[in-house]
Amino acid sequence: MLRSIELIPSGALILLSIRNLSKTFSSAAEPVHVLRGVDLDLRAGERVALTGESGSGKSTLLHLIAGLDAADGGTIRLEDIEVTKLPDAGRAQLRRDRIGLVFQQFNLIPSLSVADNLAFQARIAGRHDAAWTRELVERLGLGTLLKRYPEQLSGGQQQRVAIGRALATKPSLLLADEPTGNLDEATADDVLALTRDLVARTGCGFLMVTHSLHLASTLDRHIILHAGRIA
Amino acid sequence: MRRALWVLAVLLSHWRRHRMQFATLLIGLIAATALWSGVQAINQQARSAYDRAAATFGGVRTATLVAPNAATFPQDLFIKLRRTGWPVSPVLEGRVQINGRSMRLLGIEPVTLPADVGNAPRLGAADLSSFVTAPGETLVARETLSDLHEPEGATPSISSGAKLPPLRVQPQLVADVLVVDIGVAQRLLNKPDQLSRLLIGKAKGKPAQLASVVGDQLQRIEPSAETELERLTDSFHLNLTAFGLLSFFVGLFIVNSAVGLAFEQRLPMLRTLRACGASARLVNSVLVVELVALALVAGLIGLVCGYVIAGALLPDVAASLRGLYGAQIPGQLTLRPEWWLAGIGISVTGAIVAAATSLIKAVRMPVLATAQPGAWQQRQRRWLILQSATACIVFAVALLLLQYGQSLIAGFGVLAALMLGAALILPAFLDILLLAGQRFARGPLALWFWADSRQQLSGLSLALMALLLALAVNVGVSTMVETFSSTFVGWLNGRLAADVYISASDNAEAIAIRNWLKDRSEVQAILSGGRAETQVQGQPVELLGLPDHALYRERWPLLETAPRAWTQLVPGNAAFISEQLSRRLNVGVGDVIEVPAPGGTWELDIVGIYADYGNPKGQLAVNVAALIRQFPQTPQTRIGLIVLRDKIPGLIAALQKQFALDDRAVADQATVRAESIRIFNRTFAVTSALNAFTLGVAGIALLTSLLTLANSRLPQLAPLWAIGIPRPRLAAIELTKTLAVALFTSLLAVPLGLLVAWCLIAIVNVKAFGWRLPFHVFPLQLVELVAVALIASLFAALLPVLRLARMQPASLVKVFANER
Repeated sequence: MLRSIELIPSGALILLSIRNLSKTFSSAAEPVHVLRGVDLDLRAGERVALTGESGSGKSTLLHLIAGLDAADGGTIRLEDIEVTKLPDAGRAQLRRDRIGLVFQQFNLIPSLSVADNLAFQARIAGRHDAAWTRELVERLGLGTLLKRYPEQLSGGQQQRVAIGRALATKPSLLLADEPTGNLDEATADDVLALTRDLVARTGCGFLMVTHSLHLASTLDRHIILHAGRIA
Repeated sequence: MRRALWVLAVLLSHWRRHRMQFATLLIGLIAATALWSGVQAINQQARSAYDRAAATFGGVRTATLVAPNAATFPQDLFIKLRRTGWPVSPVLEGRVQINGRSMRLLGIEPVTLPADVGNAPRLGAADLSSFVTAPGETLVARETLSDLHEPEGATPSISSGAKLPPLRVQPQLVADVLVVDIGVAQRLLNKPDQLSRLLIGKAKGKPAQLASVVGDQLQRIEPSAETELERLTDSFHLNLTAFGLLSFFVGLFIVNSAVGLAFEQRLPMLRTLRACGASARLVNSVLVVELVALALVAGLIGLVCGYVIAGALLPDVAASLRGLYGAQIPGQLTLRPEWWLAGIGISVTGAIVAAATSLIKAVRMPVLATAQPGAWQQRQRRWLILQSATACIVFAVALLLLQYGQSLIAGFGVLAALMLGAALILPAFLDILLLAGQRFARGPLALWFWADSRQQLSGLSLALMALLLALAVNVGVSTMVETFSSTFVGWLNGRLAADVYISASDNAEAIAIRNWLKDRSEVQAILSGGRAETQVQGQPVELLGLPDHALYRERWPLLETAPRAWTQLVPGNAAFISEQLSRRLNVGVGDVIEVPAPGGTWELDIVGIYADYGNPKGQLAVNVAALIRQFPQTPQTRIGLIVLRDKIPGLIAALQKQFALDDRAVADQATVRAESIRIFNRTFAVTSALNAFTLGVAGIALLTSLLTLANSRLPQLAPLWAIGIPRPRLAAIELTKTLAVALFTSLLAVPLGLLVAWCLIAIVNVKAFGWRLPFHVFPLQLVELVAVALIASLFAALLPVLRLARMQPASLVKVFANER
């Protein structure tokens, strides 16, 4: 089994701090303990890959960090905010202002053009920066696609739009849940390379859930989740 | 605020990409608002006309003094009462004929007219002097002026040859009323120094006791909150409201279906919005704002459509109300601001009610719930059991209302419960039918056909419920109208015994005509009739004088008789009673009824009950000679003739030439029958129009459901296409499936519709009008309606099916490419 590998120099500020985090889902047969006391720190600018077998709790951990779901126990602190104490509206504000989310299924809004999808989160956060959006468009190679709709794009193109949308607000933390899961290997490499560059450009933290050890090895640190705990 | 606007923009962007769905939502809301508001506009117009009529110079809304026998009384009584401090004002009322048209003539005394008698014409000082000084004025409504084809200032003659004072328009007046100074009225009606009633104003002090001034010559009638007209027409307006409500609900079915699907399609969008940081409260609030905004826009368009519908239906409604109840409704629509506000209110409320389930789902939606397109349809199956149980409870309520309900509202309650229960139980019923089909299916495609039809059922059930209701109402109302029509024609043949009908302008002319007719060889019999009006147990009753002739004995439509009924009628102490009056007074054959007459109380044995369809007034038929003995002032101006058939046109021409009678004053039986049937048909024109509207809206509901479902059908159809079933065949299967469920629904609608017809005939009609019709079934009409429903379903299914047949393979392949 792989172990956690330290690749980033210590000394940077702690961006994300998770302590003793637990989450249980009830089911018809018996309760499923998905997370059983997870501890994790992520520094500003650090790029971390999170791997683990199916059902190990990777996506759940990501959802709890993003405030998409509520933890049963433990704490999550993002910069100066304790996420686990926030109400729904507070968690929504946190996502709006400090977190960028990228999903495997892209989750673009089908009725909006590429340009509107890109600007969408920044607009509702009230932090639309036209110059930064132009730069994102250029770096992501979306210049010729701005007027198209998601259904008219390939999977790789859609994921680039999703990454652009997540970074348009210059978030503190970028969370990606298997962002290359629907892409072929070459496209996945391209997309991840772009993401690494943009993360470096913004200086935000980056936590990516992936099944690919190859992709995991390209990031600063690789942690493994096993049976609800960091291995 | 900016955030909310961005979220709203995103939500609205969905409609830009799903224009058909957007159109569906708007059509549903517009149809619901338009039909409801249209019906309300008609009701409001009619009620305001009743108010105007009721308030004209102290109708039932003002306390009055009248003679106990409903006859006129001497003017001296008025003078005596004024001298003793009674704030009374005299009125003389009668009818005059102008160019063969009968009008109500009201004579008033404007100086003493109480200020609180309702919307009486406002006569200023200048107007007052021209009204009371010669030649005076005749105040009329604008409608009356156009009915008479006379300009303002004209002085038309009445049948006696006397001229009316110059006509002047008074907007507050109702149609067919002529208002003149009391002196002029006494001269025109040939009733010098006579009055019909005294209006009572507010007394300053306490006047003397009535009896001490006038003895028992006058009695006080207290004002009534509801007019006779309002009471009579309640059922008609309730009927219209029921139709409006049904169309409204059918429209809401469309909205519910469109909003449900839009919500389902927007689920991923809502999750993305939440993931991007829009709070649940913000998203939910914006969803409500979006819905209300759409409802406002659709409501406004619906109101304009409602206005157009009401404008188009109003002439027929006015004709119906005139034909059925003698109510005068202006043919031009005037609407109050509250109508617009109520229309917008109903549109917004309806939209929120129709979208309630979707909104609740949105509010409760966990942000991480897995995207499961169509999962809500699956969950809906669980509702089938609950829905069926609710249907059973509703049926039980219908039975209880049928057993114990006495009022018209209870009658409509039975109908409503019956239809609601049937609609609720329909999906379960269809599910059982389709399950049976699935059990007996042979071959994989047939098995899939039935299984997939069942799966599709939950998405189609609301539209099918709408179709069931619309069809059942169509079957019910059409059966009722057809039953009424055939009964009415048979009844008319019985009532129209004479070959020629003459209506003389007065008794003198009638005598002259009779004398002239005696010398005509082609005239086999001269039948004189007469009508008088009185009140029995506080109800207005018409007394109809029947001649003693074999033809009447053969044809008069008696429903129930005592032995030797016609013979008992001749001496004048027996009467037939109309069905509606017998129900109203709870009087039957063998009972005795007391009728106030100028000479005292007239006791009549009831020896028969007869059908008198379409007459709002209760009626007693007595021997004409006896009627004239009891009511000597009865005009004897109506004459019926039995004439050799081939001589009828010649006789009519000769009568017209000899007495200058127009077509209204003399007509043959065929003309009278044709006119009666024309009025009858017009009476039901509104019903037919609303029937067609409701069926049309149900057709739209089916179309929109099929169109919206068509998109989510691809994942079910693509695998079949992939294993080798060509697209045209798939399209044919889809069409067959739609037609099969539509056929099942239509076949279920037939017995339900017949039950509705029975309720209308046996409960609602009896409570509303007082008559009961024999129940008939018209099989050809039922076959026609089922065929119409299938054709509507075929058209509704055609567009999505054609789309499927022409779909590019790439679109079907996408289903697999995007498989999640």
